[in-house]
Amino acid sequence: MQERLNSVLEEAKAQLLKATSMADTEEIRVKVLGKKGQLTEILRSMGKLAPEEKKALGMAANKVKAEFEELLKEKVTEIKAAAKEAKFKAEKIDVTEPAKEVTYGVKHPVTQVIDEVVGIFRSMGYSVYEGPDIDTVYNTFDALNSPETHPARDLTDTFYVSKDVCLRPHTSSCEVRAEKELSLPYKVLMPGACYRCDTPDATHSHTFHQIEMMVIGEDITMADLKGSLDHMAKKLFGPETRTKFRPHHFPFTEPSAEMDVSCFKCGGKGCPVCKGSGWIEILGCGMTHPHVHRAGGIDTEKYTGFAVGMGVERIAMLKYGIDDIRLLTENDMRFINQFK
Amino acid sequence: MLVSLEWLKDYTDVNVSAKEFCDSMIMSGSNLETCEELGTGISGVKVGRIDKIEKHPDADKLVVCQINLGKEGTVQIVTGATNVYEGAYVPVATDNSHIPGPLHGQPKVEGGVTITKGKLRGVESEGMLCGPQELGYEDKIAPMVSKDGIWLFPGNWDDHLGEEVTEALGLHDYKIDFEITPNRPDCLSMLGMAREAAATFNTKLRYPELDCEKTDENAADYISVEVKSDLCKRYTARVIKDVKIEQSPWWLQKRLMAAGMRPINNMVDITNFVMLEYGQPLHAFDIRSIAGNKIIVDTANAGDKFTTLDGNERELFEDTLMINDAEKPIAVAGVMGGLDSEIVEDTNTVVIESATFLGSSVRMTSKKLGLRTEASGRYEKGIDPNLCEAAADRVCKLVEMLGCGKVLNGSVDVYKKPETAPTVLARVSRINKVLGTDISREQMVEYFHRLEMKVEGEGDDMYVTPPTVRQDLLEEVDYVEEVARLYGYNNLPNTLPEVATTGEFSKSWILRDMTRDILCGMGANEIQTFSFSNNKILDAVGVDADSWERNFVEIINPMGEDTAAMRTILMPSMLEVLGRNYSRGVEKVRAYEIGITFMKNLMIESALPFESRNLAIGTYGKDEDFFTLKGMIVTLLEKLAITDLKFVAESEYRTYHPGRCARIITKDQFGEEVELGIMGEIHPDVCENFGLGVRAYGAELFFDLIVEISNKEIQYKQLPKHPASSRDIAMIVKEDVLVGDMEDVIRGAANDLLKDVKLFDVYRGEQVAEGCKSVAFSLTYRHDDRTLTDEEVDKAHSAIVEALKEKIGAMIRES
Repeated sequence: MQERLNSVLEEAKAQLLKATSMADTEEIRVKVLGKKGQLTEILRSMGKLAPEEKKALGMAANKVKAEFEELLKEKVTEIKAAAKEAKFKAEKIDVTEPAKEVTYGVKHPVTQVIDEVVGIFRSMGYSVYEGPDIDTVYNTFDALNSPETHPARDLTDTFYVSKDVCLRPHTSSCEVRAEKELSLPYKVLMPGACYRCDTPDATHSHTFHQIEMMVIGEDITMADLKGSLDHMAKKLFGPETRTKFRPHHFPFTEPSAEMDVSCFKCGGKGCPVCKGSGWIEILGCGMTHPHVHRAGGIDTEKYTGFAVGMGVERIAMLKYGIDDIRLLTENDMRFINQFK
Repeated sequence: MLVSLEWLKDYTDVNVSAKEFCDSMIMSGSNLETCEELGTGISGVKVGRIDKIEKHPDADKLVVCQINLGKEGTVQIVTGATNVYEGAYVPVATDNSHIPGPLHGQPKVEGGVTITKGKLRGVESEGMLCGPQELGYEDKIAPMVSKDGIWLFPGNWDDHLGEEVTEALGLHDYKIDFEITPNRPDCLSMLGMAREAAATFNTKLRYPELDCEKTDENAADYISVEVKSDLCKRYTARVIKDVKIEQSPWWLQKRLMAAGMRPINNMVDITNFVMLEYGQPLHAFDIRSIAGNKIIVDTANAGDKFTTLDGNERELFEDTLMINDAEKPIAVAGVMGGLDSEIVEDTNTVVIESATFLGSSVRMTSKKLGLRTEASGRYEKGIDPNLCEAAADRVCKLVEMLGCGKVLNGSVDVYKKPETAPTVLARVSRINKVLGTDISREQMVEYFHRLEMKVEGEGDDMYVTPPTVRQDLLEEVDYVEEVARLYGYNNLPNTLPEVATTGEFSKSWILRDMTRDILCGMGANEIQTFSFSNNKILDAVGVDADSWERNFVEIINPMGEDTAAMRTILMPSMLEVLGRNYSRGVEKVRAYEIGITFMKNLMIESALPFESRNLAIGTYGKDEDFFTLKGMIVTLLEKLAITDLKFVAESEYRTYHPGRCARIITKDQFGEEVELGIMGEIHPDVCENFGLGVRAYGAELFFDLIVEISNKEIQYKQLPKHPASSRDIAMIVKEDVLVGDMEDVIRGAANDLLKDVKLFDVYRGEQVAEGCKSVAFSLTYRHDDRTLTDEEVDKAHSAIVEALKEKIGAMIRES
């Protein structure tokens, strides 16, 4: 009997060695362990044996069974691995072939600049406040301390809808609205479209965007204005950026300043972008004129504040190296797609 | 304002380089436009005297000059210029000399021109005589006698013959152009700029000499002045006799040229010089033209005629301020003199007018007459009346210095209400509070003194009085700026506001942000277009002539017809963008815009127009179709918490294909149906109008309405615990039965076991009768608390089947 067991095992071993597929291994398994399998037959025939012999043979048969199952398992694993290997080989792809098109849209560069500036100040507790594109001449000029004779009021400079209503030429028109509507103290950004009678060329457009920034509180100083804008410049144009504040004149701020940033192309050494000066003018700003605070019903003795107006297109053009402002309004997809 | 650095040094010391000068002036508030070095690129050009002029033997238009170059000897030069004469002093470009050019009648050459000797029509010429332009001076500032000819140096240059002209004439200088802001008209003068420079560098300001020697006659004997209008704040007249008109001396010509003015003759040059020096416009009348020797300042009668110096006859208005004599007008005050009172060759006695006219009056006159002059520009910006006398005196002093006339004693001065500067309380503490500094009182007072201001008061209080030329200093904050600019903006610390605030963002802002993110996630690019519109473009998008979209807000002063009104919808600009991209070969576009639209307020005319934001989407190209766009809209709105949507077919809106257009309907916060917008395939005619050769799709939604009804409150619902049961239902219906209506019937007949309805097939063709379609839905039933029995599902399902049969005549297909 033992011999028969051994020969079953040997035969199965030999067959397993030749097996190449799962079907082969299954056939061998059935042949050995199936209902009519060789080992099953042997075990079945044990009933006729004496108990002593039965026990000995039982142990031997189980040992053979265990050994066979172990070998079978190994073979199955081996065949599966080989099959997987073959599948991988057959399914190999050229990963350098082009990607399938999965598109993600792009926000307009003007939106991106506004979002970036808003993002910088958002973490510092600034809100966004928005006024209308079409506003009163009072909010646009009178309340902002702009003299009757200011050239910006001319029909050749500002679009009018009526004697008292115009398309705002600057987001500063929002200042008095904010003063009247918001509770003090506040820090706000006021982005939006502005309109001026400018004949379109590479650097002019009758429509452009500004972000007005306005802070009012009990101890707001010109040093705060400088610090806030210096922070913004470094965030927008890189940490090495330096800022320079030059005295200037705007009717609605006093003292007034223009801010230059060190040229981010040449770092301040002088190049065509900064016209050799090392500095690029970015925005106008100043301490809000008491006249403007009075127009908004704010106690000028108790409160001080600053205001900033920056051109979004100008920043976008400088930041991205755009040489013609008209590209921003043509909306050519090949242009917009570059701002991913 | 053009500033000659050399000239400025007459009034204050400048001990730094031109570059440092400019940089410091910028930081103290004078904005630099340009700084140009003068007298460069000239070498080998010498001062010469023409000793002899002979005709060229072979050329009618040329002459041969013998030029005395002093120690350098004599050279022979051939010239075609006609203004040369024997004894004239001229610039001589000798052999191998270099000039900036351009040569007469030729284009400018970068790097200049080298002059060598040669033969002109066979006659030896050892160089060239130069005109001002050839030495780098613009034609418009060339002295009158040298215009279009050789530069004739005024005066006697015998001591300098043979010297380099740059040395002898002191041509080296810097021409600095400062941008003067409208609040600082005082800086439109050399003295004003010198005051700024002195304050910036803490140097002393030197005023010009004014006192003339006594003569035997008085001005008052020759002229009287009467001021009848308050539009004239002051009128000062002085009289000069025995005037000799000739060229001004070189030092005066040089200063005028550096300031961008052409030297003409001594009297004109002196008045221009003093205008540049003080900022005070001046006018000179020939006393022969002043009838009755009387000057009357008064407004004109409407319709009066007057011929100005430029030869034009002009009609006057009743508020035009005029200078009259006893009989007639002789000048438009502050704008331009009359043709008849001009100084001419044989003028003997001159009346110098130095007056202050109200800026607003001069502005209006200048505007109405369409006549702007150097003087009117200065008056418009505002002139200090206290300058009149000094400026008139200065003219007289220069006449005396130049020896070109006899200055009569005294002036006739009508000055009813002398101008004073307001004294303002500026507090040390306040200035420091606004600036965020700790500047001492002493330092502030020192700054004010540098600016020629008087300071009184003690402790925190500084009562400051500026010179009257400073008309911009009206309240305390103006002095904050004076301190700040002299302290230096760059010396102020950089800090951040300490006030704590929370950032607030409107719902509209947040939803716009989300919308952009969502649509970008769907592969759409954001566009931004202009806010303008016009009737023509609404025609092109098929908007009816009487439609609400034409209720334009119109612009009074548009730049063109295309931009004469404000847009009421975004779709026209969207289609322009689609068309532009298509014409440029962009194969596929998916774009959106969130933009403001404008609507006239028809109820209250004086009110501001209504502004509301719309969202436009536009697509064309591979894989774009109606249902893709619909999918974008449904998903976007779902994300914005608007789910109860209905798409209602619309066939009348001519922007869209009549069979492929839907109005998008939802329920507002009160359960009322509202229209969110419209979408569809763009009408082929409209596509053609915008040059679109493919099918395009568009939608326009009222974004503000979306913001209003979006209610994004998320409430968690338990996941289903019990299994669902699914039944399909297939039916044949008439072609015109809408899927949306079928869904409505299904939902209407269902009880609350029905959890979902999904369309999964629409089929036309074999086995389906002509004019019909087969539509199949999958219905999902579930009970929240237990497993449904087949009987329960059957009951619910058959109710739906019956309703479909009954309400829309559906023929149910057995599966």
